[in-house]
Amino acid sequence: MLSHLRPAIVSMGLFTVLLGLGYPLAVTGVAQAAFPAQAAGSLVRDPGGKVVGSVLIGQTFAKAEYFHGRPSAAGNGYDPTASGGSNMGPLYDKLIAREKTDAAALRKENPGATIPADAVTTSGSGLDPDISPANARFQAPRVAKARNAPEAEVLALIDAAVAKPLLGFIGQPRVNVLALNRAIDARFPMNNGKGG
Amino acid sequence: MNWQGWAEIALTLSLAVAIGWPLGVFMSRVWNGERTFLDPILRPVEAVFYAACGVDPKKSQSWHAYALALLAFNLAGFAITYAVLRLQGVLPLNPQGFPGLSEHLSFNTAISFVTNTNWQSYSGETTMSTLSQMIVLTVQNFVSAATGATVAAALARAFTANRGEGLGNFWADLIRTTLYVLVPLSVVVAIVLVALGVPQTLSAGVVAHTMEGADQKIPLYAVASQEAIKMLGINGGGVFNANSAHPFENPTPLTNLITAVSLNVLGWASFFAFGRSALVKKDIRALVISAFVLLFAGAATIYATETRVPPAQMAAGAETTVNMEGKEVRFGAPATAAWAAATTGASNGSVNGMHSSLMPLGGAMTMFLMHLGEILPGGIGSGIAVMVVMAILAVFVAGLMVGRTPEYLGKKIEAREVKLSILAVLAIPVSTLGFAAIAAVLPEALKALMHTGPHGLSEILYAYTSATANNGSAFAGLSANAPWWDATLGVSMALGRFPPIVAVLAIAGALAAKPKLAPSAGTLPTHGGLFVGLLIGVILILGGLQFFPALALGPIAEHFQALAFVAGH
Repeated sequence: MLSHLRPAIVSMGLFTVLLGLGYPLAVTGVAQAAFPAQAAGSLVRDPGGKVVGSVLIGQTFAKAEYFHGRPSAAGNGYDPTASGGSNMGPLYDKLIAREKTDAAALRKENPGATIPADAVTTSGSGLDPDISPANARFQAPRVAKARNAPEAEVLALIDAAVAKPLLGFIGQPRVNVLALNRAIDARFPMNNGKGG
Repeated sequence: MNWQGWAEIALTLSLAVAIGWPLGVFMSRVWNGERTFLDPILRPVEAVFYAACGVDPKKSQSWHAYALALLAFNLAGFAITYAVLRLQGVLPLNPQGFPGLSEHLSFNTAISFVTNTNWQSYSGETTMSTLSQMIVLTVQNFVSAATGATVAAALARAFTANRGEGLGNFWADLIRTTLYVLVPLSVVVAIVLVALGVPQTLSAGVVAHTMEGADQKIPLYAVASQEAIKMLGINGGGVFNANSAHPFENPTPLTNLITAVSLNVLGWASFFAFGRSALVKKDIRALVISAFVLLFAGAATIYATETRVPPAQMAAGAETTVNMEGKEVRFGAPATAAWAAATTGASNGSVNGMHSSLMPLGGAMTMFLMHLGEILPGGIGSGIAVMVVMAILAVFVAGLMVGRTPEYLGKKIEAREVKLSILAVLAIPVSTLGFAAIAAVLPEALKALMHTGPHGLSEILYAYTSATANNGSAFAGLSANAPWWDATLGVSMALGRFPPIVAVLAIAGALAAKPKLAPSAGTLPTHGGLFVGLLIGVILILGGLQFFPALALGPIAEHFQALAFVAGH
């Protein structure tokens, strides 16, 4: 054992320098030179240059004039310092109660329409930036009414925002909520408050 | 279920085999010390390592020496990891200002990363400094993976030896696998991931002013570099708590495909590398087919369960075609199912959706794939090593049936090898069921559970299964950062890692010393359909019989509760 200690300690030291510092720093150097926007977290800025969020990270939307993301189990909702899912089992009473409450609220907003699965479930990350196209269409009447906009045009904006699966089968169709809300702010600005 | 889903699952799983084949040929060249196209750059680096360590890479070691070197290296890794985690608060590169970790969490995390498990009792974004992520966790991601590879390299040499002694040189295998295989692949994958949106920065993060006027603190890390080796090294420990469900770790369906393939590719490559280095390419095909059939069946089962009626969504009156709790919209059921099977079949342990929220039988399948011994295709090297042990047990069973001394790959299998093989596969049930049984009646342990009833038992069972199988994924309702859980899960991880490795090396030592036999008319062919069937049977019976009673009380009972719930509505 003793004769193995020198190579064990020395190689661990060399590996630490090479893999712990050299490797991540080299990748960081290449990444920031070649793909600076992605390397910095795909941040979205307002015209004044202030960071509005990351296009990859969902954020809380509660106002009627915005499309809402999915329920979130990250902290108090969309908290990137506490990413994670609810981890609730399929028969957990709190899960059933939560989905019932959320569904009841949604049903009031758009009676008669089927409530999409992603509208009442929390994502694995709690930071899901997307909703399903069905979920976006479900919310279209509310958003159109709040903005005094024709529903058909809101639906057209949604269709333009749908990302399709790669080659038709890799991944699911989805709509980025932050991007859609920025698009709708640009097309139908609110005259009062933040959206204007 | 739809054709798109099946196509995505088939592509994800088979692409890993297809790419693993040529990579395996390359890995075998690296183990054998043959010329590679990277020699001009890497030979000098390799030479520096040998000179500084004072080792002669050409000196072949007995199995004792090989095993001792492996253990010494892992001990050094444990020590440095433990020390850095404890001292994190006073070390540099800590823009987050995080304090050092507690004794029990440092112990658990150090064992976890040294054993290639990457069980995480902590949330990365609120615990780990940039320095800790880089110099201990990323480093262990590389070298724990390479440690697994050395076992397969040594075992391959045992089958080519004819009354030999040496199994090769541990240091050469470790250093060469790291430098020639893991580092170049990781650099390529990391840069591709950045291009597709994975962050790579030394900044601690930004505070965004959201569209509705709130402040959102977004932590950032050098994510891509750690992500690449987390998948390729079959480690699975995420930078963030949400792991590969986190949009920074896995932003798009394409990154999902690349990382899901990455997490299996070197496991398969180890199969093919073993076949080439041990000169048994035809026989290795049977092992690949057996493992692939089981893995695909696992993924198909999970896809089927995740598209059954989810009780909560039905009770809420929402759409019931897919269980979306714990899943990301961009991945949905098929990509989550393929990943869940791949990660548990491969001892990776990363997740792109939360396993605790899977339908009961989907959750059962993730546990079952781990119970089978992490051989589908398992970790780098460790997967093929245990698969060969399974094959030894399969020829032993066949030998009992026909009354002949069994042979495998030209070596007689005798009492010593069979005893050691059983020892190697006993670690998983003893540690998993033993600790789970104690935890199930210990009030101190039960405090950590989120659920009661069958799902609560599943949380316990999953934790010890995952730790012992060196997987690292979780039914994360369990709050595992408590002294009992950190300590016992740490011990499980060590039990699941080192006794099987030492047993496999002892088998290798025993086999190397035997004469190499030419196949005779009485030899059971180990490359045809008959052997594939026999091997799958042995794997299922070993896994199934031992764990079925526990699974019956956990997820299977929960499945019937779910059926009753749905029928009652």
